[in-house]
Amino acid sequence: MIEITDLHKSYGRLEVLKGIDLTVHKGEVISIIGASGSGKSTLLYCVNGLESIQGGKIEVDGIDVHAKGTDLNKLRQRLGMVFQQWNAFPHLTALENVALAPRIVKGLSKGDARAVAERRLVHVGLGDKLDVYPGKLSGGQQQRLAIARALAMEPDYMLFDEATSALDPELVGEVLDTMRLLAEEGMTMMVVTHEMGFARDVSDKVAYFDEGRVEEIGPPEQIFGAPHSEKTRRFLAKVR
Amino acid sequence: MEYTFHWRPVFNRLPDLLEAGLITLEVSALSMVIGIALGLGLALIRMSGNPAIAWFTIGWIEIARNTPALLQLFFFSFGLGAYGIHLTPYMVVLCGMAFNNAGYLAESFRGGFAAIPDTQMKAARSLGMTATQAYLRIIIPQVLRIVYYPMTNQMVWAVLISSLGMLVGFHELAGETQRQAFRSFRLFEFFLVTAVIYYVIVKIIILSSRLIAWRLFRY
Repeated sequence: MIEITDLHKSYGRLEVLKGIDLTVHKGEVISIIGASGSGKSTLLYCVNGLESIQGGKIEVDGIDVHAKGTDLNKLRQRLGMVFQQWNAFPHLTALENVALAPRIVKGLSKGDARAVAERRLVHVGLGDKLDVYPGKLSGGQQQRLAIARALAMEPDYMLFDEATSALDPELVGEVLDTMRLLAEEGMTMMVVTHEMGFARDVSDKVAYFDEGRVEEIGPPEQIFGAPHSEKTRRFLAKVR
Repeated sequence: MEYTFHWRPVFNRLPDLLEAGLITLEVSALSMVIGIALGLGLALIRMSGNPAIAWFTIGWIEIARNTPALLQLFFFSFGLGAYGIHLTPYMVVLCGMAFNNAGYLAESFRGGFAAIPDTQMKAARSLGMTATQAYLRIIIPQVLRIVYYPMTNQMVWAVLISSLGMLVGFHELAGETQRQAFRSFRLFEFFLVTAVIYYVIVKIIILSSRLIAWRLFRY
């Protein structure tokens, strides 16, 4: 369970998150929607400790992410993350990209790490690209590679930061399909996205962020069908 | 004007010249190895933004890049000599060139690091790698590719400026040539042959560098 309580985050004097309360239960898929600059991505960076926080608390399975003694390297193994910019490691083949962290972080043998990596790449549909360098892959394939890389650490949670925003329109589908597959398999996911169709079909809960606050949170039927908040209604009217 | 070439004295001494060529190659290669290690260190310290030691690295880089290499060699011979520290000619040339290489390479490395998007670091850390692991496995291998050709240029440059060794009494290729030339009074012939040897050494370096790059960088 990820439990976020009264989270505050600022960059200098700019307050980006103004008191976020959010709970993600095991097996849940929660989509976070909202305008650019509303703090959605920042929230994910805070959850796995890539960003510091100024107030409140984030607990992952009872572990306080920003407490002094927390071993972030260990915690991050449970929090897979996929970023907006495709950031495959360009100097490694697809297989090496995925096998590296299991080997040097988890201490798997070379053979075991390869086996894990191969299985994960097949899982995301890149079984025929094992020895290809990322430069030779399309954006969509690179993004699926990033998903396989995160999965290889066998995380309990997956954080998606606008994983399809930088893709050409025709490549968005394959990445969303992969994410859908994970959701069906029961992966717990926090998905920051502009893909309203995905948020509606796949999520258990949808949170609408507005200027650093959770304006409204509820099941997709509520958010997309009958939003309680006027702001949510106006945002959705604009993006649809 | 007439000049008669006499090649025999040169060819008689060719083994000495080739042996000196090997010394040139050795001192240049060593100064590169040390220079790369120091340059990487300087770049990392400078990027760390620690003001207490940043001035030291900036000073090093500025002096190495903006003063004649010859004066840098003199510092390690007469300069240190004035303080009672007497290095052998070999050490003078090695230290001077390592100092010079480190200054130039530090700037190349800094540019290389700047060219790697910071999302690479974030992605590595998000997988649970420590900062050190991320640097060693993800960042530095990519930086090495970016600075590979600047490094090759620096190696060529190192071979060429090692010829300044003759001015501090070091018998590398140029120094040895000078000694032999003055003995036989065939200066023109000796330096002409030596120029060819330098040329061949540099060509060999460039060709092997291409070969290594082709083996190493498959992406």
